[in-house]
Amino acid sequence: MTDLTRDIDASLVIDLSLLAMLLVLAVAIARTRQLLAAILLMGVYSLVCAVWFMVMDAPDVAFTEAVVGAGVSTIILLGAILLTHGHAEKSSAIRLLAPALAAIAVGGMLVYAVLDLPAFGNPTSPANAHVSRTYLEVASNEIGTPNIVTAVLASYRGFDTLGEATVIFAAAVGVSLMLGFGDLSAGRRTPDSMGDHHVVLGVTAKLFVPVIILFALYVQFHGDLGPGGGFQAGVLLAVVVILHALVFGLRETMLAVRPGFVRGGAALGVLLYAGVGLVCIVNDGAFLDYDYLFPPEIEAQIPPGLLGDPDHPHHWGQHFGIFFIELGVLFTVAAAMISIFYGFAGRAPVPPGTEAGQ
Amino acid sequence: MTLAVTHLNYIVVVALMMIGLFIVFSSGNFIKRMIGLAVFQVSTGLFYISLAKVAGGTAPIVVDVTNSDGQALAARLDPAYVALHGVDGVVYSNPLPHVLILTAIVVGVATLAVGLSIAVRVREAYGTVEADEVAQLDRSEKAGQPA
Repeated sequence: MTDLTRDIDASLVIDLSLLAMLLVLAVAIARTRQLLAAILLMGVYSLVCAVWFMVMDAPDVAFTEAVVGAGVSTIILLGAILLTHGHAEKSSAIRLLAPALAAIAVGGMLVYAVLDLPAFGNPTSPANAHVSRTYLEVASNEIGTPNIVTAVLASYRGFDTLGEATVIFAAAVGVSLMLGFGDLSAGRRTPDSMGDHHVVLGVTAKLFVPVIILFALYVQFHGDLGPGGGFQAGVLLAVVVILHALVFGLRETMLAVRPGFVRGGAALGVLLYAGVGLVCIVNDGAFLDYDYLFPPEIEAQIPPGLLGDPDHPHHWGQHFGIFFIELGVLFTVAAAMISIFYGFAGRAPVPPGTEAGQ
Repeated sequence: MTLAVTHLNYIVVVALMMIGLFIVFSSGNFIKRMIGLAVFQVSTGLFYISLAKVAGGTAPIVVDVTNSDGQALAARLDPAYVALHGVDGVVYSNPLPHVLILTAIVVGVATLAVGLSIAVRVREAYGTVEADEVAQLDRSEKAGQPA
């Protein structure tokens, strides 16, 4: 057992130093009234969280946090302060004291509750036993994907993930309804083509765009073997579009990736996902039960051993089911993130001076 | 190990969550509130993922124990421990919280965008994103209207 304790101690040192950094960052975010500083600190906070998720054996989560938290959400927050105001007013003393007391009271109760939890890293804690352990034991046989996270996300809890995709779609629709689709026709904004002035940026970005797209596709299609999947790849594709817009101007990007096309993509993704589920129902299975993705007569014609374990022919259905729903997630997430970005970037800022009461 | 050491992880994560809650409550600025909500949300993710950690475990991606990498991984740990808590000779961390938090992060940024777009519309209607000033404008507008 000596090896084990050494292993825990080593990762515990990294773990606690990262948590100390997070504490400092969180306090700094709470203290600053410059929103630009708060947003950049939030990006750093997310990046440190991503590193911490790696230490906690969660590469899929780390990947998502690095792309989403440090990337896209920083961009959206920056877009929001561009459209509003970059400085927060000072809160009055009572405004600070009452929330501080509330946070200390809630925190005290939570700490009291948390001390009853099983020790950190306990392999037999209720969270790590039962269904979680069952997933680890049966997933490679039943689903056939080495990445258990993908197996649980896309197959066992596929219905849950469909709900998540729908929420993302609904959020994108909500943003578009409130801020507009960033349509070209409106012409509210002069095209800010920076390409003429920043040759180095333009050339570098042009080189980066295909590389990031290729990486996104790798993440998408390698997601059942290693860390990655539709969520991460979708955000990466959106990042390509955002990069293009930042360097070449929004107008250029909207000509390449049309807002209407993006809107359609978001809906198509959810429909593709739900459609896979309906095909399973048509073939006498339950909703999203990929073992029934193919009717038996087609399944019988598939040569055994072509994919995965020849003793488990149902892997075909699982492989294709996961492939299609991950594709649906990719479309929805990428299109939703791009249309959210278009919504924020395509809206003209209210010029200063047209304040309230006028 | 004492209680403080074995649970320090959870306690620090609770502190992070409470700083997020404090930012949401104390700031009158809508954008700052959304940042506080994001801090709170990410910290909740930290809590879930720290529950999923298994001592001596590895990422929940199936390791082939027949090759040298897999054997090196298995050799790190006590065989009795691996036999008790491992699956096919390897100890994995818990994949289920990873799935929940992975999707929650992406949903989180989508809902953050919705909140921020409401703040943008508030700014366009009132000229400010400070909650106090918005409430004051509402009151003065109500008082100014003829009964």
